[in-house]
Amino acid sequence: MIELTVNGKKHNVDVEPEMPLLWVLRDVLDVKGPKFGCGIAQCGACTVHLNGEPVRSCSVPVSAAAGQKVLTIEGLAQKGQLHPVQRAWIDNEVPQCGYCQSGQIMAAVALLARNPSPSDKDIDAAMTNICRCGTYARIRTAIHAAAKSPKSAKA
Amino acid sequence: MKKTLAHQPARREFLKASAAIGGGLTLGCGPLGVFAQGAKPDAGVEINAWVVIRPDDGIVIRYARSEMGQGSMTSAPMLVAEELECDWRRVKVEYASANANVKRKRAWGDMAAVGSRTIRNSQEYLRKAGATAREMLIAAAAQQWKVPASECTAQNSFITHGPSKRRVSYGKVADAAAKLEAPKEVKLKEPKAWKLIGKPVKRFDIPDTVMGRQVYGIDTQLPGMLYAAVAQCPVFGGKVKAMDAAKVEGRRGIVKVLNVETFVAVVADNWWRAKEALRDVHIDWDVGANGNASTASLMEFYRAGLDAKEDIAVSRKDGDFDQAFGAAAKKLEAEYYTPYLAHACMEPMGCTAVVKDGKVDVWTSTQNAEASLAAAAATAGVPLENVEVHRVQLGGGFGRRGGAQDFVRQGVAIAKAMEGTPVKMLWSREEDTQHDFYRPASLIRVKAGLDDSGNPLAWYSRVASTSIFSTLVRLPLKPPFSPVEGVDPQSVASLHDLPHSIPNVKIEYAQRNAFVPVGFWRTVGHSQNPFVRESFLDEIAAASGKDPYEFRRALLQKSPKDLAILETTAKAAGWGSPLPAGVFRGIAETEGYGSYTAAVAELSVDKNGEVTIRRLVLGIDPGYAVNPDNIQAQLQGSAVFMLTAMFWGEITIKDGRVEQSNFHDYRMMRLREMPKVETVIAATGGFWGGVGEPGQASIAPAICNAIFAATGKRIRSLPLKNHGLTLA
Repeated sequence: MIELTVNGKKHNVDVEPEMPLLWVLRDVLDVKGPKFGCGIAQCGACTVHLNGEPVRSCSVPVSAAAGQKVLTIEGLAQKGQLHPVQRAWIDNEVPQCGYCQSGQIMAAVALLARNPSPSDKDIDAAMTNICRCGTYARIRTAIHAAAKSPKSAKA
Repeated sequence: MKKTLAHQPARREFLKASAAIGGGLTLGCGPLGVFAQGAKPDAGVEINAWVVIRPDDGIVIRYARSEMGQGSMTSAPMLVAEELECDWRRVKVEYASANANVKRKRAWGDMAAVGSRTIRNSQEYLRKAGATAREMLIAAAAQQWKVPASECTAQNSFITHGPSKRRVSYGKVADAAAKLEAPKEVKLKEPKAWKLIGKPVKRFDIPDTVMGRQVYGIDTQLPGMLYAAVAQCPVFGGKVKAMDAAKVEGRRGIVKVLNVETFVAVVADNWWRAKEALRDVHIDWDVGANGNASTASLMEFYRAGLDAKEDIAVSRKDGDFDQAFGAAAKKLEAEYYTPYLAHACMEPMGCTAVVKDGKVDVWTSTQNAEASLAAAAATAGVPLENVEVHRVQLGGGFGRRGGAQDFVRQGVAIAKAMEGTPVKMLWSREEDTQHDFYRPASLIRVKAGLDDSGNPLAWYSRVASTSIFSTLVRLPLKPPFSPVEGVDPQSVASLHDLPHSIPNVKIEYAQRNAFVPVGFWRTVGHSQNPFVRESFLDEIAAASGKDPYEFRRALLQKSPKDLAILETTAKAAGWGSPLPAGVFRGIAETEGYGSYTAAVAELSVDKNGEVTIRRLVLGIDPGYAVNPDNIQAQLQGSAVFMLTAMFWGEITIKDGRVEQSNFHDYRMMRLREMPKVETVIAATGGFWGGVGEPGQASIAPAICNAIFAATGKRIRSLPLKNHGLTLA
């Protein structure tokens, strides 16, 4: 049994230690916000936070997350309040198909947590997730908007 | 319960849905086979196939096509609502059922979201559906008040009787309205009276996406569901010769290993176990006839098409090209090449299916629910009416999930072998990259003959490529579908319809069908031929010492819409104004999918071949601009899609196999490479054009023409990485 805390809730999962965190979340715990895109940590659609750090869950064995805190897109809104990044994503109509967006949002939240007012260069360096629909321009705009939002520092 | 998307979901709804996320049954439609069809209490009254009105004045507008990020799930209902005169804030959108479309004689018409045609092909019947429902609601209110309907008006979900000022809401008269006969003729609003069309409207699906509760095909979850990973023959057209699964038998979670003739599937209790086990299944492939093919042998095949004297179809012939070219004062000739390209949808291909008691339920990300339904019925051997294709959001489509339904046939074949058990089949990224229906490669020869002043008098193009329509759609290439027998309209798009005033034109098509499967892409022929046409026009302008913009203007005087978008875009970009040292411009213009587009690129190229795009100005005239903010998004997306393709996109073949496998060797553009894209929506009205694809057409030639201006090097093949160029 491997113990995991996902979005504040404890789970014990009986799986192989090398099973990627992504597939434990999706197929065992039914947490489907993180998406499968490549399986080799290239695209970032599976991005979740492990103890606050963004990781590509398709390439993290579940054993590496044992006893630790996992945050996914489903756990981002608090007490019915959207995270400022989510708010900015809606205000700026960022997503198109939306498949990569839970990963993009988790990457953006992590960026703002360590750098509350990122420059364009900081955004370039941090936001390496692939979006095939081409929402990059609006992702940049929304990150700047979230950085200006009063609640972002607390997030 | 049908999946209904709230315009502005209430917080309460959000929390409820969050708790239920992943519950495919709670969010999807009731399955046909395994469970009883879900009845919908308090569902409201259906006024017609498109409009349902609830007693509380909630308005449900049905949407028949698919949503893959192109925004039509919002803009198509806008057309209904415009005429319905309803309160847009109370509108919810619900997918029309593919099964019901079969049973109700296609009440919702074509369900395919392909070819940038959702708006342009359905605008008339959607607006009429809204207007018809409005007239019925007015008639019902008038009958209730015993007044002439002509004294009543409708606005914001209320009917008002002018003389008496009485008002009643839609919900109160919906029951009575539904019982009335629909008027045969309805008058549609004049464009100047539109209240919703042309306004930037928020997309319905975005809040769900941002909250992580959007349901894609891959998210389907059913009780007792198993998971399948598949391996197909690495050489197209091959099949399984023998399979040995001894190594994985009895392994944890492995339920079954299936030999399905053209592929092998491992069925397990989660997808990761299935995929891992698949690696240990020994498969002996019969690769068939194509095991030695390579990109070089394919090039030879296409080159033979360029040189052939036979099996050539003449698509267009104006004047006498041969005579005019022979007599020309100056002659130009060139050969252009565009490679095979994969779609690389972010969500890999997949399909969940249950086959039970002669019925089939399918959950799949599809651009054409009717085609998926037909493929499922044929694979399972059941009548169409025994199949439901449950509607989900698509993790990208780009043409991959419409014409080809291979993933549905696979999913249903597996489910049939596992009769009674729901199975979710999912491809790995490697399968997805190596078993696509690729944007065709094409080899194109162009010639031009000029007079003494450098004016083109003769233009020739011959395209050698695989025909999508004859190999995938299996449609005979004949009029009226084709311009001429033997011509695939996609293969000659934007060459056949060359709008420039050139008296002698000959356009030929050499249909050379290779073994590499081809399919529609986000902008098919328009992703390659405008690159050739607009680059070669630039070559002519350069050879004549003319400004590329003025040169095009002179040739487009008789094509006012092409001319207008060219001029508007050039003006927005400041064509002709001074540029900083080392910065150069390129321009291109095209028509496609019913819209006119132009692009101006401003860039510099450094000594390492790094291309810095300072500005990319994209102009579009889609006739009517239904949802301008969405059009801007589509143009921004078009820039990313085309820049990715033109800088890095290339599928190559070795030993009959695709050499690329995943994003490390099939490179995608990242955010840091995104240039400044400025969009100019110059809607001139009077027609309805597409917006998902046409924006791409002018981008590659505008950039390559700017690279020529910067370096003197003419780019005649893509991708640019093969010319030592990369995006800074």
